[in-house]
Amino acid sequence: MTTPTTQEEAARPALTSKSDGVRGERLFSWWTLATGLLVLAILALILITTTKQAWPAFQDMGLGFVTSSTWDPNPASGNPVFGALAFIYGTALSSLIALLIGVPISIGIALFLTELAPRRLRGSAVMVVDMLAAIPSVVFGLWGVLVLAPLLVHVYQWIHDVVAPVPGLNIIFGEPIGTGRSFMTAGIILAIMIVPIVTSISREVLSTVPQVNKDAAYALGATQWEMITGAVFPHSFGGLVGAVMLGLGRAMGETIAVSLVIGGATNLTPNVFAGGNSMAAVIVQQFGESTGTFTAALIGLGVVLFAMTVVVNLAARLVVRRAEIRVQGTAT
Amino acid sequence: MNRKMRSRLVLVGVALAVLAGCGGGNSDNSGTSSDATANGSGELKASGASFPDAYYQEVISAYKEKAPDVTVTYNAVGSGTGKQEFGKGLTDFAGTDSLVKDDDGVPAGSFVYVPTVAGPITVSYNLSGVDKLQLSPDTLANIFQAKITKWNDPAIAKDNQGVSLPDTSITVAHRSDGSGTTSNFTKYLTAAAPSTWKLGNGDTVAWPSGTQGAEKNTGVAQIIKQTDGAIGYVDYSDALETKLNMAAIKNKDGKFVAPSLEGATAAVAGATVKDDLTYDPLNAAGADSYPITAPTYLLLKNKYDDANTANLVKEYVRYVLTDGQPIAKDVNFASLPSGLQQKALAQLDKVQS
Repeated sequence: MTTPTTQEEAARPALTSKSDGVRGERLFSWWTLATGLLVLAILALILITTTKQAWPAFQDMGLGFVTSSTWDPNPASGNPVFGALAFIYGTALSSLIALLIGVPISIGIALFLTELAPRRLRGSAVMVVDMLAAIPSVVFGLWGVLVLAPLLVHVYQWIHDVVAPVPGLNIIFGEPIGTGRSFMTAGIILAIMIVPIVTSISREVLSTVPQVNKDAAYALGATQWEMITGAVFPHSFGGLVGAVMLGLGRAMGETIAVSLVIGGATNLTPNVFAGGNSMAAVIVQQFGESTGTFTAALIGLGVVLFAMTVVVNLAARLVVRRAEIRVQGTAT
Repeated sequence: MNRKMRSRLVLVGVALAVLAGCGGGNSDNSGTSSDATANGSGELKASGASFPDAYYQEVISAYKEKAPDVTVTYNAVGSGTGKQEFGKGLTDFAGTDSLVKDDDGVPAGSFVYVPTVAGPITVSYNLSGVDKLQLSPDTLANIFQAKITKWNDPAIAKDNQGVSLPDTSITVAHRSDGSGTTSNFTKYLTAAAPSTWKLGNGDTVAWPSGTQGAEKNTGVAQIIKQTDGAIGYVDYSDALETKLNMAAIKNKDGKFVAPSLEGATAAVAGATVKDDLTYDPLNAAGADSYPITAPTYLLLKNKYDDANTANLVKEYVRYVLTDGQPIAKDVNFASLPSGLQQKALAQLDKVQS
């Protein structure tokens, strides 16, 4: 077939020079392979160089680096001690609070935008949510320190008083710190910061649910909520977990905003209203004036943070795979 | 904002002074121009301590009027980084609040210390109904170690006879970043309350878990400003600008002294100056001494590679030590007492090329 017979074929780009096409194809596959490998190489290099630089601290502290909660670069006597447990805990707790608050809000917004909102409202609502993402994190941090924390102290005090007789809860919602700069405030600020990214990805994921599935659910007599739990969530579970993971990644790595509002204390306590510190915040606070093993220990925090992110992501993949098998009956 | 405005005012003042000098007559005029040639031309780079940064920036803009062909830059990167950059030869001189240690990257014997100004570190607080507070070193140490947690603690009451103290919880605010201010404050506690203070001293110390950290002096000042019951250490100029209440601290002679520039100068005068011109004005003797007074130094090389740089550095530092001293007051730093000032000027003779 050398001459185009139909109009459709005529509209296609001319594939006359065969060798050109092959070369392009090869170039394309090399380029994508190279960029793919580049990501891996960068990750590996970061891991190797940071671990190497952190080695003196790991060597000094051994396993104590992640199991001790004493962080003392200038002790009154003896050698410096670098135990990161309190900071690992701070990162985990503030991120967890952020997810507990941020994820229901984000998925709610996403469902509203895809299923409920009138078409003309969608555009502007999406724009407003996306604008949240454009606010620099330091602005969130300053707002948290200047406005939110002093206001929240009173709320924290009220919650603390209300749950005081309840065992367990009165430990989690303990005596609030006077400044309001606490794990909870950090979690709330982080929740606001992860809403845009979780919302926008959830929205994309939810909009991929085929109309046929939804119509089928309705045809079986499902209400809108039953349709969402029965048809929308199973189809989009993996994607939603992905969205949450991206949010979690942002929350765990967030530095400046957390550094401002978390309270800057080395504190390992179940009380979410107490001040603490996170790994990323400690690095940015203390790196400037550090030397020797102290610097190594701060880089070590980076390595631990990196490892934690990888572990969390792998765990999430596992969850997704299990759930998909359960919900859809097939491994995808 | 305030600082900027003040620096502008100082600039205008200096400019007027120069103009007035020029208008004074031919002899004055020739004097100024010969001065300018004596100051040479070129560029000086420096970095280091952030504590005296406000003062150094003022001096640099004033010096620009005197020696327009010399450009001096000072980056407030922190004492530690400043020493490292100086040791690597990236800068011509460095500013530091702490003395040079072996692992700082500056070879011993390759540099001289030049003290420039001193500054009081205030213990600022916010406690509704209490405008005057007096603290002895042991009480202070116990507050910052979270051994004393309520404002109506008997130890605080003992230092403040006749003052009614509320039972508000104490919120301790400290620096979360490594800082020469922390180092000097904890050194003071180590010196003044040796049996009580257990946390050692340094740029970063292991504060008790219930305390609050914030970045820079302004961050600590802000916690104090917005929290009833808060107490923290803040440098004098930030405490003044934030309009914080400052506690009077019991000095070595047993007198309660509130932070002031005169108190700081008295502390410097009361300190023993070593041969290399380092001195420790913390917990210094003297009835008028404010005990938490921090020194700051410039590090100059013994030997510069070229004569021009050596000359530029010497002329600039000479200016800091002479005409630059009165500027210190404008930015709330204490100038050197004349004895130490003369010794510092003599130190410049050791700088060669």
